[in-house]
Amino acid sequence: MKLNRFFYLIKEGIKSIFTHGFMSFASVTIIVACLIIMGSFSLLSFNIDSMISDMEQDNEILAFVEDELSDEEAMAIGTRLEAVSNVSSVTFVTRQEAFESFKAEYDDDTRFDDLPDTTLRHRYVIHLEDLSLVETTAQDIKAINGIADVGAELEISRAIITIRNIISLVSFVIIAILFVVSVFIMNNTIKLATYSRKEEIAIMKMVGASNAFIRFPFVVEGMILGLLGGGVAFFIEWGLYSLLTEKLMATIIGGIVNVVAFEILLIPMLAIFLGIGLLVGVFGSSVAIRNYLKI
Amino acid sequence: MVSMKDVSMVYKTSGTLATDHLSLNIDEGEFVFLVGPSGSGKTTIIKLLTGEIKANEGEISVNGFDLTHIRRRRLPKFRRTLGVIFQDFRLIDDKTVYDNVAFAMHVVGASKREIRERVPYVLKLVGLEGREKRLPQELSGGEQQRVAVARALVNRPRLIIADEPTGNLDPAKSLELMLLLQKINELGTTVLVVTHEKELVNAFAKRVISIENGSIVSDGMDGYYAYEA
Repeated sequence: MKLNRFFYLIKEGIKSIFTHGFMSFASVTIIVACLIIMGSFSLLSFNIDSMISDMEQDNEILAFVEDELSDEEAMAIGTRLEAVSNVSSVTFVTRQEAFESFKAEYDDDTRFDDLPDTTLRHRYVIHLEDLSLVETTAQDIKAINGIADVGAELEISRAIITIRNIISLVSFVIIAILFVVSVFIMNNTIKLATYSRKEEIAIMKMVGASNAFIRFPFVVEGMILGLLGGGVAFFIEWGLYSLLTEKLMATIIGGIVNVVAFEILLIPMLAIFLGIGLLVGVFGSSVAIRNYLKI
Repeated sequence: MVSMKDVSMVYKTSGTLATDHLSLNIDEGEFVFLVGPSGSGKTTIIKLLTGEIKANEGEISVNGFDLTHIRRRRLPKFRRTLGVIFQDFRLIDDKTVYDNVAFAMHVVGASKREIRERVPYVLKLVGLEGREKRLPQELSGGEQQRVAVARALVNRPRLIIADEPTGNLDPAKSLELMLLLQKINELGTTVLVVTHEKELVNAFAKRVISIENGSIVSDGMDGYYAYEA
């Protein structure tokens, strides 16, 4: 394509955004609305997932050391525990520390005051990488020489995993449905926008314009509108999210949940919003005019 | 220049026989009227000659392009050798007079300089000097049709096909437009005008091809509209 023609077509695409101002506005609005709905749901799902990850991190298993082992022998087991697969961290707790902590839990109870501080066993507090493998990991730990018993809250672990799986599935289904609905709405809006230009396309065909010549300005237009929609949606989403988290943190829920800061997601969110906007704009406009090119 | 040999065209959806073993030839430099009542097959002939539809039978050749076997992607190249004028002008509403004409030159990849030189010349030829910056809706019907003529003419086509070009114009403007087409013809372009306006046809001593029910009923150089309603 000649450079002169290339710039002419780019200029035509840009000019067309303004000459069909209302339809451009409608297309951008629809893209913005759809992206905000999808983005909000994705952010909600991301936060739930992050909260569950935190819960996973809080879920620990305890490995009790055999009574007969000396303090040094008990501490030496630590390296073997760290070598077990799926173990992310290992903390040694002496029997004295464990007893102090136990007593602290029952502050007002004097029944334990006379017990010796060797009542409890040495233990290891172990965090896992993947909570779903808790049973296998517990068995591996129990098999280590010097470990008398393993205390794992299997029911809680299973419950967390079930919740995570359900939420992941529900989020995926909802986001997929929203995506299909968004594509449908956007496609119809673009179809409507191009329908009014059916006549213009027919004239272009009649004077000998090739399909590429006709399509190019439409694609440029779609690309710009898509990027604009993606950008506007991103900033609105950012504002809404920040406002909502600020309000949420001021309430009692703020003390319980930990919301992911938008700033952490800034680059990926911007890339996703612009990417989807661009894709919808380019793909939507080229598909929408396809039927009018068959003259 | 234009050759139709034994061309038959039946619309599949309605089963209508639009042209029935029709044959005609138009030589370079001719001015021809194609006349006939509504439904006689005139529009079908235009669509066949512009490559909008393909004939079921027969052979069509226009400006050296074999339209019987032409591939869809070759159509733009073929159409650039034509100038087409329609009854409803078919101008792009949001482009100025200048841009409506210049746009046809952009299609063929003309340079900026060529466009700057050629468009004002053609607009002057059709009598639209000083109207360059107007939008189509700011012009009268006659002026809009002259913009369409300028657009058809700007790429120096070998053949201009005008489909009922005076259908939306008053008698005075119709005559003016026909005189303009005659002038264009005198400058060397072949012109085919489809019309059903008897007085207009009779006012020019040109070749007249009359169509009825998809067949040619008369083809004469006497310049008279043969069909009588």
